[in-house]
Amino acid sequence: MMLLLIGAILLMACAGVPALLIRRLPGGGEGIFTFLLLGGVGLGLAGVVGGLLGAGPDRIDLSWGVPGGGLLLCFDTLSALFMLPMLLVVGAGGLYGLGYRPHHRFPRNGRRFRFFFGLCGAALLLLLVSRNSLLFLTAWEMMALSGFFLVTTDDCLAESRRAGYLYIVATHTGSLALFGMFALLGRGDLLLRFPATGSLAAGGPAGIVFALGLFGFGLKAGLMPLHVWLPSAHAAAPSHASALLSGVMLKVGIYGLVRLISFYADVPAWWGWTLLGMGVVSGVAGVVQALAQHDIKRLLAYHSVENIGIIAIGLGLAVLGRAVGYSTMVVFGLGGALLHVVNHGMFKSLLFLSAGSVVHGVGSREIEKCGGLLKRQPWTAFYFLVGAVAICGLPPLNGFVSEWLIFMAAFAAGHSQGSGIALTVLAAPALALIGALALACFVKVFGIVFLGTPRSEAATQAHEAAASMRFGMGPLALACIWIGLVPVSIAPLLRRATLDWFPALADSTSPYPSLVDGMRPLIWLSISGVALILLTAVAAGWLGRRSREAPRDLPTWGCGFACPPPQAQYSASSFADGLVSRFALARRPDRAPDRAVFPLPERFSSHLPDFVFDRVLLPVWRVAACSFGWFRVILQNGVTASYLSYMALTLLVLLVLFGRK
Amino acid sequence: MLVGVLVHLALLLAFAPLMTGVINRTKAVFAGRRGAPLLQPYWDLGRLWRKGFVFSRTTTWVFLIGPVVGLVVPVLASLLLPFGALAAPVTFEGDLILFVYLLGLGRFFTVLAALDTGSSFEGMGAAREVTFSCLAEPTVFFAFVVLARLADRLSLNAMLGPHLATSWDTTGASLGLITVCLFVVLLAENSRIPFDDPNTHLELTMIHEVMVLDHSGPALGMILYGAALKLMVLGAIVVRLALPLETGWGWLDALVFLGGLLALAVLIGVIESTMARLRLTRIPQILIGTTLVTIFAVVLVLR
Repeated sequence: MMLLLIGAILLMACAGVPALLIRRLPGGGEGIFTFLLLGGVGLGLAGVVGGLLGAGPDRIDLSWGVPGGGLLLCFDTLSALFMLPMLLVVGAGGLYGLGYRPHHRFPRNGRRFRFFFGLCGAALLLLLVSRNSLLFLTAWEMMALSGFFLVTTDDCLAESRRAGYLYIVATHTGSLALFGMFALLGRGDLLLRFPATGSLAAGGPAGIVFALGLFGFGLKAGLMPLHVWLPSAHAAAPSHASALLSGVMLKVGIYGLVRLISFYADVPAWWGWTLLGMGVVSGVAGVVQALAQHDIKRLLAYHSVENIGIIAIGLGLAVLGRAVGYSTMVVFGLGGALLHVVNHGMFKSLLFLSAGSVVHGVGSREIEKCGGLLKRQPWTAFYFLVGAVAICGLPPLNGFVSEWLIFMAAFAAGHSQGSGIALTVLAAPALALIGALALACFVKVFGIVFLGTPRSEAATQAHEAAASMRFGMGPLALACIWIGLVPVSIAPLLRRATLDWFPALADSTSPYPSLVDGMRPLIWLSISGVALILLTAVAAGWLGRRSREAPRDLPTWGCGFACPPPQAQYSASSFADGLVSRFALARRPDRAPDRAVFPLPERFSSHLPDFVFDRVLLPVWRVAACSFGWFRVILQNGVTASYLSYMALTLLVLLVLFGRK
Repeated sequence: MLVGVLVHLALLLAFAPLMTGVINRTKAVFAGRRGAPLLQPYWDLGRLWRKGFVFSRTTTWVFLIGPVVGLVVPVLASLLLPFGALAAPVTFEGDLILFVYLLGLGRFFTVLAALDTGSSFEGMGAAREVTFSCLAEPTVFFAFVVLARLADRLSLNAMLGPHLATSWDTTGASLGLITVCLFVVLLAENSRIPFDDPNTHLELTMIHEVMVLDHSGPALGMILYGAALKLMVLGAIVVRLALPLETGWGWLDALVFLGGLLALAVLIGVIESTMARLRLTRIPQILIGTTLVTIFAVVLVLR
């Protein structure tokens, strides 16, 4: 079973290699690539399913030439929950790519892109099974670097190069923190096996380890003040790469945090409060930023920040539950966070892929140029609608189930007396606000892009996605519906993963609902979801039949004005303005000033700068860059000889100071 | 349970339009008119039922899904609520979240149906609807936090249970605050004065009415019926909070509950007759203020 996973890693990593070696392969080797990639995904899925059923050994321990620790690969349910969406998204992305970036349209960078797409998937899988710091960091770097090449696929565009540059700076800053974290965890020795679950005490360097981990993993996950690289990178990458980056790679940051916390036997409450606080900030600020965007992929990227915030709220509640001994909070909080990881992987990838199909059809990421696409792209519109309902956390789809679990965790401590822990119930209204804002945002996107009349010539000519693209999106939509309607089927996995994370839960005695009882209402969610769909289908079917004969070729009521131009429709900016100006406080969108009494030809643009990147980091960096100008002139002068002399001087000084006595 | 479901649905489906009739009659009395018959909303629904449809060429299937979901959602949501002392037929831990999100689903599709017409007026109404409900949603959850803490349970049936009568003695201040705030949310969510004027005739100033401008025939009937059901469902919470009486006889409990709803309808009518609607820019301030007031209620029970 471990062998299947290793096979999957190798297949995915090598999927793009034949095309690189043999230049004459027909179609740039995209057929072979897709075949190998899907084979790898199939092997991986077989491995995960086998592992969950308990077939074969769940660990491989080999000796390794590198000193300090064996090559340890392990499989547990916690990892499996991250692997399942990852494999599904990689497979769907590979299939989708056939229609989205066929080789004959992108002959220049297609081979490179496909190689790194497969490599990124392989690195993600390796990362999730490795239980050795060095192997983990190697896989981490492989993933981060192949991510860089995915972001900069269209490197002829300045936008992509800038996004890639920001991405690589951010990801290496995070890696630096992770090196520090693992060094502290191994007490100075970087090359160690991961400690056993619940084996470390919270004293000593634990606080610093957690802070470093939160910084390094949080930077990858995109928690709010650390999300600066995320929107531009996800907007610049090709859509199926965005799906992989946003749906899966962000979650690796969450995986790292979850795994790190599981090493500790007892966790301090401030870890939970920090995660909870960052989660609420990410959730609210992320969705407000998303509301103000006009670029459909940038908008989806900000929604990833929001959803990572929701996951962090769940994780924070679980950590707090551990700190104060409330098993209900642990069960619901971690269960909700992990299920949201799976769900977000499904619906966000679905949204990115269908957004890619819109971009493919219209030729622009600007949503103000779309309109009325439902008539021209019915399948894309349906998939996008499924993703939109799911991401808003509305019943009967999967987003609702995970948000329900996190709500339950938030309410769980509400009845405790006389301690600060009861304040966690305030996470519930915050989640409600996030959900309502997300609803506003996705109503806006779906309404502006798919409904109404086309706002540009390109939108009237848009074509439906190719068959391979539709096939790629299908499994993701099915997974959203399946988890939403039959959440009971995934509850055992959540239970086992929670035990992997916090084994002490199995024997803790708690007056509150136990692991099994707590999940019992899930069956009601299924029943209500089915009832909702059935009733709606019956009523809609009746209404549809009844209205079949009705006249359909009349203009929309426009207060007596029969044929307004399409530009007169409500635009995305005007739709969101009421909310954005309310929540962005002093940070209103930039507006062109009104200059004269009599109206002149005037241009208007609105744009909401990023709260952290544009408002804080860029000004700070600008000042820093100016004040370090002398450094460049004097020290970093571009002469190799002087660099060599710096090294020689440093070595001499070190030799004098620390040389053998 | 099946009997409970049938009783609930019968009460809901038969009674809801009467509340609209009572509100309109109250307003007529205040204006010195005789007013339409109390049962006029039923006749209106019947007539719309028999009419045909007219569609704009811009619209798609989304346009028809909106009214359907808008009707189905309050029906399902009502099953989670106790009607006065009549217990909710469907109840489980955490159903309050399902309740709120079901109403969210209704809003999602109603607003999409409005945007489907491509009309700028309906876009305006849609934007206002989502903006105001975003600001109202946290209020509902703050109120639920208070109720969940008093009941120590997470199902609406238990939170609105018989303990409320005694809770008014011990935590009357909190309950009073959230009852008033939920009433404000009810006015906002159901597009009543001072938030929206259901009788206005200028498209530019409407919220809910402008979103349904293009609907006709049975679809419009579904929307009106759905709106009446939603008013009754949200009203049921307020009535239960304000009137936690239990007589022990099922039919008397039902009468008390229906009487409470009628009183609520009269109250809404009085407010609509004596207040002007607010300027649109003032509405968010009122809603945020309401949220802050519910935070006081939470603090009072958490201390």
